[in-house]
Amino acid sequence: MEKEEIKQKIYDLVVKSTGKKKLKSSDIQKQISSDTGCSRDEVKDALKDLMDEGKLIYTYFGGSYVELPPNQ
Amino acid sequence: MPKKYETPMLDELEKGPFPSFVTEMKKAAAKSDMAADALGQLERCFKDNRTHWKHGGIVGVRGYGGGVIGRYSDLPEEFPDVAHFHTVRINSIAGLFYKSSFLKEMCDIWDKYGSGLTNFHGSTGDLVLLGTKTDTLESIFAEFSSRGWDLGGSGSAMRTPSCCVGPARCEWANIDTLDITYATTQEFQDEMHRPAFPYKFKFKTVGCAVDCNAAIARADCSIIGTWKGKIEINQDEVANYAKSGMNIQTEIVNLCPSKCMSYDGKTLSINDDDCVRCMHCISRMTKALKPTGEKGASILIGSKAPFVIGATLSWVIVPFMKMEPPYTEFFDLVRKMWEWWDEHGKNRERIGELIIRRGMREFLEYIGVDPMPQQVKEPRRDPFYFWKEEDLAK
Ligand code: HEM
Ligand code: HEM
Ligand code: SF4
Ligand code: SF4
Repeated sequence: MEKEEIKQKIYDLVVKSTGKKKLKSSDIQKQISSDTGCSRDEVKDALKDLMDEGKLIYTYFGGSYVELPPNQ
Repeated sequence: MPKKYETPMLDELEKGPFPSFVTEMKKAAAKSDMAADALGQLERCFKDNRTHWKHGGIVGVRGYGGGVIGRYSDLPEEFPDVAHFHTVRINSIAGLFYKSSFLKEMCDIWDKYGSGLTNFHGSTGDLVLLGTKTDTLESIFAEFSSRGWDLGGSGSAMRTPSCCVGPARCEWANIDTLDITYATTQEFQDEMHRPAFPYKFKFKTVGCAVDCNAAIARADCSIIGTWKGKIEINQDEVANYAKSGMNIQTEIVNLCPSKCMSYDGKTLSINDDDCVRCMHCISRMTKALKPTGEKGASILIGSKAPFVIGATLSWVIVPFMKMEPPYTEFFDLVRKMWEWWDEHGKNRERIGELIIRRGMREFLEYIGVDPMPQQVKEPRRDPFYFWKEEDLAK
């Protein structure tokens, strides 16, 4: 699967969870790799891109989570 | 003119013989409104008998999931200059050797963007810069990274590894603690900056069991230097210690935890097979005793501060591992441990707690290490290994 496609799937998952459940990086890796069959390293790599582009951010509330940046 | 607060309660902490953080904070407050408000708010916390700091939220610069700890005042109207008061962690250098030129630059950067207050070093081992605002974080990161420095770890990630001064200054170092710390930092950049663990994970490396970095009490993975050969004894020096007033029987022999030493008033002998390499005798009789033979490290797992199940000390997983570059065996072991923790760990569960919850048997099987007597934490308790049918068939 193309990286861009994985990125889109990660982003959609985070959007869908917003306001319902805070996702950890490992939740995303497990979910996306079981949905798409790609390896967790590929998911990690796609997630890293989304972070570097500022599309997603890490937050901390007693543990580290992946979320949308504020005002978006 | 910076703000000034009456701080009668804090002033009490300047009395007495010890250096006082209040005195130091007052010096910073003379130059910085941020430091002044931090002092004002602290007095207020003491007066109200509760904290006015909030925690969480933002955690880093773009791309990073750690290195900055979000702090906010819950009294921002009264103390506007500490409405944001984030902590920045700078990855400290192995052994904590700084050039004075760096320290001067660091202070200039911090006076420009932050409160001027620092902490050398936090309990994780980072160089800690206390108090800045969200909108300065990218600039601070740019200033440090352009000089070759990086942020440290925070959150559910590998934390900045730390070590004792080791071979840089200490003759007892069985391993190159500085190199191991540097190599670990480089190998696991991703795990440090992009938090993906159930909770924090700390490495601390010390050259011998004297444990000058308290690795056994403070690290999820404690790497403790040890040796395989005999303790070489210089009997002339033993005699010198006796002559200068050391009671070798009570101070050395009786305190040997494995009772493997004896002394007949002239000659000291050691049954090396029973020695547990605790360093007691060697650190007391520096000139007389010296470890020899193959050098390496014991790998221990599990210590942490009190949280769910109280404080724990690390216990042995691998009694002896050669620790030489490129440390492939060690890094492979670490990756296996992380995989198991990632698979089964609950949110905010440290790896040691997980081992206690699910058992050593499953952990050892997964990481591919055989059960060994050295892994028994307390004799006559917790017979944690149960044989399976395949084992009995052998
Ligand atoms: C009476 C006041 C205070 C006391 C008694 C106190 C005590 C402590 C102690 C014992 C530690 C653990 C140190 C270690 O194990 O290395 C600590 C850590 C820390 N303190 Fe304080 N503290 C006080 C006020 C403050 C204030 C006012 C700030 C910031 C505005 C602050 C920021 C920190 C930070 C950021 C750490 C953690 C550093 C790290 O390990 O990463 N403390 N403090
Ligand atoms: C009543 C006041 C406070 C309490 C009860 C408290 C409690 C704690 C606890 C339980 C932890 C987690 C320790 C661990 O998991 O090992 C922690 C970590 C920390 N605290 Fe506090 N704290 C207080 C005040 C403060 C203040 C005033 C500051 C700084 C302005 C501060 C800075 C920190 C930092 C930097 C950490 C480390 C966070 C990390 O490791 O990610 N704390 N504190
Ligand atoms: S832990 Fe051992 S090797 Fe390291 S500084 Fe202390 S005595 Fe030396
Ligand atoms: S190192 Fe410790 S266990 Fe070994 S002989 Fe010395 S005191 Fe005994």
